[in-house]
Amino acid sequence: METILFLSPSEGALTKNALEALATAKQLADSLGTTLSVGLWGDAPQAAADGIASCGATKFLAVAGAEFSQPRYATDAAASEALCRASGATIIIGPSCSRWNRVLAGVAHRLGGRADSHVTGLSATDGAPAIARWYYRQRMEGILTRTQRPWVLAVESGIAPAWDGAPGTAAVEPVACAPAGARSNVTGIEAPAADQQTIRPDAELLFVTGAGWTKKQPDGQVKTEGAQKLILDFLRLSRASLGSTKSLVDLHGEGVATLTFLNHMNQVGQTGSTPRHAKGLSTCCHGEEPHTVGWRFIGERRAISLDAGCGWARGKADVLYVADAFAVMEKVNALLAG
Amino acid sequence: MPEYQIVVCGSIVPDPLQTLEPISGPTGPALKNEMMLPAWLDPWAGHALFEAANLASKNPGSKVWLVALGPKAKLQQVMMTLAQKVPFELVALDGPAGGFTDASETAAALAEAIQAIPGLDRSRLLVFGGWESASRGAGATMQIVGEILGITDQFQGVDEIVIEAGGALRILERIEGGRHQVSLCDAPPALLGWATGNLPEPRNNPQVGMANMRTIMPALQKAKPAKVGADGLTFSSVAVPKQARDTKIVKDLPADQIAAEIVEWITNK
Repeated sequence: METILFLSPSEGALTKNALEALATAKQLADSLGTTLSVGLWGDAPQAAADGIASCGATKFLAVAGAEFSQPRYATDAAASEALCRASGATIIIGPSCSRWNRVLAGVAHRLGGRADSHVTGLSATDGAPAIARWYYRQRMEGILTRTQRPWVLAVESGIAPAWDGAPGTAAVEPVACAPAGARSNVTGIEAPAADQQTIRPDAELLFVTGAGWTKKQPDGQVKTEGAQKLILDFLRLSRASLGSTKSLVDLHGEGVATLTFLNHMNQVGQTGSTPRHAKGLSTCCHGEEPHTVGWRFIGERRAISLDAGCGWARGKADVLYVADAFAVMEKVNALLAG
Repeated sequence: MPEYQIVVCGSIVPDPLQTLEPISGPTGPALKNEMMLPAWLDPWAGHALFEAANLASKNPGSKVWLVALGPKAKLQQVMMTLAQKVPFELVALDGPAGGFTDASETAAALAEAIQAIPGLDRSRLLVFGGWESASRGAGATMQIVGEILGITDQFQGVDEIVIEAGGALRILERIEGGRHQVSLCDAPPALLGWATGNLPEPRNNPQVGMANMRTIMPALQKAKPAKVGADGLTFSSVAVPKQARDTKIVKDLPADQIAAEIVEWITNK
């Protein structure tokens, strides 16, 4: 008989991603007709437990302490291991966040189990759980089961609605954890200024820029500065998140005059990210698979390209506008500015 | 100045521009014509190798090993190019490098190979690798390698390492929302799963290639077979998703009409 543990770091209230993972864990527990436990760790996880007090968990476990507030391997792995052992769970489900992704495989190793990350689907057939995940950079999807337990999972955001229920007072059982002396300390976060941040995971729209923005335009001129202004204005007005093709980011790394606000974290597809947004608009992109795997988890897709055969569009976008993106985006910005 | 022993774990993947098609093989899923596909070093592992070489060059007396698991013939093919990039000593393991093998089995083979490197000193040891592969993409292998080696100072999605004046390691890891988390690690040993880093791919250097090949060919010849599979793992299906979107092509529409359509679309919740 499987037993399920929802496991998450807590930095105050649980994140949307964590609540989605909780909903996924609860759904699996219901499908298997088994119990759900909750494990939380952090500085003071009681508040997070109270926020999900009515989720139907039979047990709330927590590792609490100031040393567990830092997102670092040594203490996060120790706390996770202690919670997993205390719960005795056979399937452990956490959110695909940087903290859990950093430790889940190490924790599975300590427990003698196995780990799978980037899970995009969980199901149960005849009492046997199965997961879906992608291989070769989102180019093929596999559905798999494992015999080893515990099976430690990180589920991607956007695969289930976030758990939503009334807060209450959870009866939290403290779990002892004494990690060996940590030799690392988190000293801060580096991030662009709020008005310069172009990566917005919660945005409705992903705006993808391709290398065409930096190429010669019909009048024979390169208009990189104009492109930069159009794109930044659009991001400011639409609050979209910015993605970029690999070729455009690489131009930046090679010292070629290009869009100065781009870095490797903007890159989607291939060795970049595969973000999840409801809508996506690609501009001046070109290329076929695997470049377009950046589109994989985008709902509605539109593209602007002078190339009617553009690989980002044919068969992959819902609408392709065969047009000059400079002209169109200038008009778009004017309309958005009202 | 510290002298580091930097062990980079990196395997090979099919050239991403190739068409990849899954098939069902005798031991589970595989890629069609997998042995015929041109291969290259896994991109994030490649960045790890280039960052390792850069760190070693700034700290004279440091040395870089590349521990690579893959079919021997494919490893040899990739090493012909890679050898010209940066100086390293190859430790080769002959075994499958596909995405459908299990990370824990791969990690066990890599950790065993690292432990067998003569003269390894934990107080100088930095284990590098890609934070995820372009095949399995799980981000699991390096964590397990670290666990087996007893390294609990682990960092994933690393874009930068700087050695502070006192020898502490200042490390930038990618976190949510396009931000970096900054950590200070007192000293080695530490494990770093690299993202892209900041370095361009080094240019080919025939002299480096000549020096590397003196050790690469013997390493390939004595590559130990590694039994890596996927025990306990059963795939019920592996498939390329259908890409059939019925794309509506809009031509000859003035820019202001296209703009109006787009604005209506993006503002319509």
